[in-house]
Amino acid sequence: MGGPAHSSAETLTFRDATKHYPGSPTPAVDGLSLEVPAGEICVLVGPSGCGKTTAMRMVNRMIDITSGDILLGDRSVKDRKPAELRREIGYVIQQIGLFPHRTIADNVATVPKLLGWDKKRITSRVDELLELVGLAPHEMRSRFPAQLSGGQRQRVGVARALAVDPSVMLMDEPFGAIDPINRERLQNEFLRLQAELRKTIVFVTHDIDEAIKMGDRIAIMQEGGRLAQYAPPAELLMSPASEFVEDFVGADRALKRLALQRVRDIDLWTAPTCRVGDSTDEVRRRIADADIDIPLLVDEHGHPIGWLSERGLTGERVREELRSRAEPTVDLDDILRDALSDLLAADTLYGPVVDAQGRLAGVLSMQVISSALTITDPGNVPAPADLAS
Amino acid sequence: MIGPPLAQDGFLRERGGDSCVADNGFCPQWIADNFDRYVDPFFEHVYLTVVPVAIGFLIALAMGLLAHRRRALIGPLNGFTTALYTIPSPAMLLLLLPVTGRGNTTALVALTAYTQVIIFRNVINGLSNVPAEMVDAAAGMGMTGRQRLFRVEVPLALPEILAGVRIAAATTVGLAAFAYLAGAGGLGAQIDAQITFKSNVVVAGGLATLLAAALDLGVLGVQRALTPWRRAAVG
Ligand SMILES: Nc1ncnc2c1ncn2[C@@H]1O[C@H](COP(=O)(O)OP(=O)(O)OP(=O)(O)O)[C@@H](O)[C@H]1O
Ligand SMILES: [Mg+2]
Repeated sequence: MGGPAHSSAETLTFRDATKHYPGSPTPAVDGLSLEVPAGEICVLVGPSGCGKTTAMRMVNRMIDITSGDILLGDRSVKDRKPAELRREIGYVIQQIGLFPHRTIADNVATVPKLLGWDKKRITSRVDELLELVGLAPHEMRSRFPAQLSGGQRQRVGVARALAVDPSVMLMDEPFGAIDPINRERLQNEFLRLQAELRKTIVFVTHDIDEAIKMGDRIAIMQEGGRLAQYAPPAELLMSPASEFVEDFVGADRALKRLALQRVRDIDLWTAPTCRVGDSTDEVRRRIADADIDIPLLVDEHGHPIGWLSERGLTGERVREELRSRAEPTVDLDDILRDALSDLLAADTLYGPVVDAQGRLAGVLSMQVISSALTITDPGNVPAPADLAS
Repeated sequence: MIGPPLAQDGFLRERGGDSCVADNGFCPQWIADNFDRYVDPFFEHVYLTVVPVAIGFLIALAMGLLAHRRRALIGPLNGFTTALYTIPSPAMLLLLLPVTGRGNTTALVALTAYTQVIIFRNVINGLSNVPAEMVDAAAGMGMTGRQRLFRVEVPLALPEILAGVRIAAATTVGLAAFAYLAGAGGLGAQIDAQITFKSNVVVAGGLATLLAAALDLGVLGVQRALTPWRRAAVG
């Protein structure tokens, strides 16, 4: 393997960091204090001009801090030589910023070359990185950026930033210029990558939905470079700290929370299940005990077949008489938003939920979803003391 | 040009009694017979073009790189190179004669001076036209100022820099035709020697044009070899 040993992620701390551009009446970033725990993604989000890029670029000293400090681990970035510091911090630039005159391989190798790695090590590291971001090395290595699609360029930008396995990554609107479908794919891929790599990441976006999806924590900034709230996504949606945050996350913040929960996270209903040939008396007893009064017919493996009609229960034994098939089924791993959308699309109140093997795990209903939205789960809400930061 | 055409006596006799030649016409036979007399002047002309453009390129590039980092120098250097260019060539040669004497040196110095304005401007423009995001990206990766300049800015400015070299080469081929005024060789002396004789003017002029075209293609070839990424962008 050409790569270095994985460098452990470091905690990144903003301590009252302030940037005052000369000649401007107000600071671009005003006393920003927050801590990004090692291995987590902190999303800086806020309206245009609120100081996101400025805050991020103070980390690698692309912009000098006016007052306050930023610590990487326990070392101030102010004590570091800028060029050296920047080689240690992965940087995905707004609009990607690949060098058009260099091949993909050379672009990815930018920092390794600055560090004087030998050729063999560089070549194998480049291939490893291209594969990591889902590009075929033999196909991509010798192309130029102009010969790639926007999404591919984006991946190369990420590979370049990862080249020397930095402990901290800065990503400035990395998916900003990409169409919604590809953006969603890249986001998912990146989250999968991050689950493995566990970098400390500062991620800038002005899209609150992207922030909610990508962030372990979200820092909402407002005009004047002030921090409006710093909290995990669920908390931000559940209890916005100010009117500004409430407006910024949107009137549909309750719905947005659906995107944060998976079907397995909530209490599902039980359905009275039955198989062909079961005793109907027994099934009637089960109906009395269950949350729903319509029996759900399953096969011998427990896979749902359909909702039984009254006629199926008329004899002594259950017969296969369906009022409707068990459609749509919902996966335990689906996010609630998608599950709700499936129910709405099928014009149904109940959806059987299945596990990875396709076996019935419960029933999702409109009522279950709406109570997930209204009940504030005490386990999910941090104590008020944690809110102030 | 200096003096009356030398043609009347010596050359005319040399040309023989052909009536086409006597009429100062375009005579393929005469050209075929006398072509070798153009070989030396042609190669002198090549020398008088390639050397000033090459030296001029190095000087202008150095000035351009310096002025790109110390931007206060751009104005004065621009003024200086422009001033050099506005001196008419006979005047320039006459001004240099007392310093460098008659011969190649004077011609080379003068011709080099003329290349400066074109190449310098293209170097400065080329470097200024490099997108700020590229320089920013280079800095963000941890490149030092010098690394940024040579690994990102100069390569990206190369098409414009070399475009300047092409114009300078074409211009110098033309200006080198005056080099004989300083006592240097080249095709200029040939043209001037029999300026009324069509065959002579066509051959000498044709060779100069050919040289200009060849140099242009040569630099273009270098440019394409050095900037494969530009073709990638198109096809
Ligand atoms: N180099 C600079 N000199 C002076 N002012 C600047 C400079 N860069 C940014 N600013 C100002 O600082 C403020 C914050 O800019 P910044 O680029 O950090 O915003 P942003 O949140 O990243 O915006 P966007 O979402 O549009 O990228 C803005 O008012 C901007 O005009
Ligand atoms: Mg920005």
